[in-house]
Amino acid sequence: MRNTMIIAKRELGSYFASPVAYVFLVIFLLLTGFFTFMMGHFFLRNEASLLSFFVWHPWLYMLLVPAVGMRLWSEELRMGTVELLFTMPITPSQAIWGKFLAGWAFLGLALLLTLPMVFTVYYLGEPDGGPIFTGYIGSFLMAGAYLAISGMTSACTRNQVISFITSVVICLLLVLAGYPPVTNILLKWGAPNSLVEFAAGLSIVFHFESMQRGVLDLRDLVYFCSLIAFAIFTTGVVLKSRRA
Amino acid sequence: MIKTIEVQKSFGSSLAVDRVSFEVKKGEVLGFLGPNGAGKSTTMRMITGFLPLSGGKIIIGGYDIEEQPLQAKRLMGYLPENAPAYTDMPVLSFLQFIAKIRGLRGSDVDAAVEKAIATCHLEKVRYQIIDTLSKGYLHRVCFAQAILHDPPVLILDEPTDGLDPNQKHEMRELIKEMGKQKAIIVSTHILEEVEAICTRVIIIDQGKLVFNGSPDELLAQSPQAGLVHLRVQGRKIEELRTKLQELPSLGNVSINEGKDGSLTATLTAKSDKKLSAAKVAKLMQEANWDFDELYTGKGRLDEVFRRITSLDSAEEVKK
Repeated sequence: MRNTMIIAKRELGSYFASPVAYVFLVIFLLLTGFFTFMMGHFFLRNEASLLSFFVWHPWLYMLLVPAVGMRLWSEELRMGTVELLFTMPITPSQAIWGKFLAGWAFLGLALLLTLPMVFTVYYLGEPDGGPIFTGYIGSFLMAGAYLAISGMTSACTRNQVISFITSVVICLLLVLAGYPPVTNILLKWGAPNSLVEFAAGLSIVFHFESMQRGVLDLRDLVYFCSLIAFAIFTTGVVLKSRRA
Repeated sequence: MIKTIEVQKSFGSSLAVDRVSFEVKKGEVLGFLGPNGAGKSTTMRMITGFLPLSGGKIIIGGYDIEEQPLQAKRLMGYLPENAPAYTDMPVLSFLQFIAKIRGLRGSDVDAAVEKAIATCHLEKVRYQIIDTLSKGYLHRVCFAQAILHDPPVLILDEPTDGLDPNQKHEMRELIKEMGKQKAIIVSTHILEEVEAICTRVIIIDQGKLVFNGSPDELLAQSPQAGLVHLRVQGRKIEELRTKLQELPSLGNVSINEGKDGSLTATLTAKSDKKLSAAKVAKLMQEANWDFDELYTGKGRLDEVFRRITSLDSAEEVKK
């Protein structure tokens, strides 16, 4: 645990050592604001809720989270520091979790900085606190899932651009899995209903939606956690096979 | 401290390291030689636990690197090729990070970091971002990282690469000094370095171990080794040749005339006899001849290296 925290601290520090962290935070806040108020018609809705805020998160994260995750391992592979890291007296999973947690904490910080949004709705009306709370939890978990996937693609290549594009595509598939265009294609191909339902069940949006409504379902938590666990595990396998 | 037993590494179908066995004890500095791509770095990466082995065993201070990697890694300091480091960090923070991840705590961290900074002369750049350092400093930062926890085993992959002559000299002195209490492996392709710092040499070529012995033993394999060179003034070639024939152990003599009229004779011994400069000196003294130069050739490492590692010449020898 101590080693994981040391790795995470260094990684988090490296975000703030360059302008990357600040650029990311500013753009994230600008975009969430823009989508919530302009695209989501926050005021026209005339309701004290953050629905128009959360509904954009799956799409926004799709572009922004891979930008954080793409350097996670690509950078280590390119600089050769992976050789230092894996010859230290720590286990590979400590290194992988440490780096992942640093990225996740950073995304958590970005999310925390949107709190003025919450104050705004409380100022304007009397919102239901439940959906806001679960919405934040869902959004944080979703960011973690996207990040774990970006970390996984980042372990596959020392090229950050390839890493970014691949993880955007995988995240896009996860978002689209539950939408009619994808399910219709599957139905057209004559896939059995159970398979179509399974594919829809993989959709991030589907699991996030119930959380936006204030429902904290164990199945949704299990979904996000297993997505993270799977991607982290695969990262470990990829990094190991790169060295073999 | 370090023991490799029949170590093998294959990448796909090609065998990069083929059953390499050797041992390094405390107080030894092992020079690890070989042409580029011979498998030096691969072997070092297996020793440090970065690459998994395809076969064989590596034991570090009693711990198997594959079965007890954490215990084994704790005993080692490693300077990888090209000296990688987290370039966005200041030198001090980088070294503190390594110290912590090496398991040091509290005031031990600062003590170890300060000692490494002093040893590697990094005082001037301690707050500088690593990215902005010159190559020599970068190398020293990475070396500082390797010795931070005062490990009994040091693995150094081309430690003097990219340093200027003064820095090279300093690095060699440092390695020599540390070699008294540690087991050190140094890979290099600078041959003088081997003579300067190593107590033992191994050479690998195309993944195979082709030599394991002391630098002197390596030198002795040179055809130049043991030749006696003599230079005299104001004598005739025949006169010199007849005089030298008086040596009972003499095999062949070749005599060259220099531009200034001096004669240089290169003497080889008969196959079962020994010829020394002392014997020639005695002969010269008895005959009351003056000579300008007299020495026994030490052999040249680059020559031996070429003979041992190049396939073509090896085949020629067989023919």
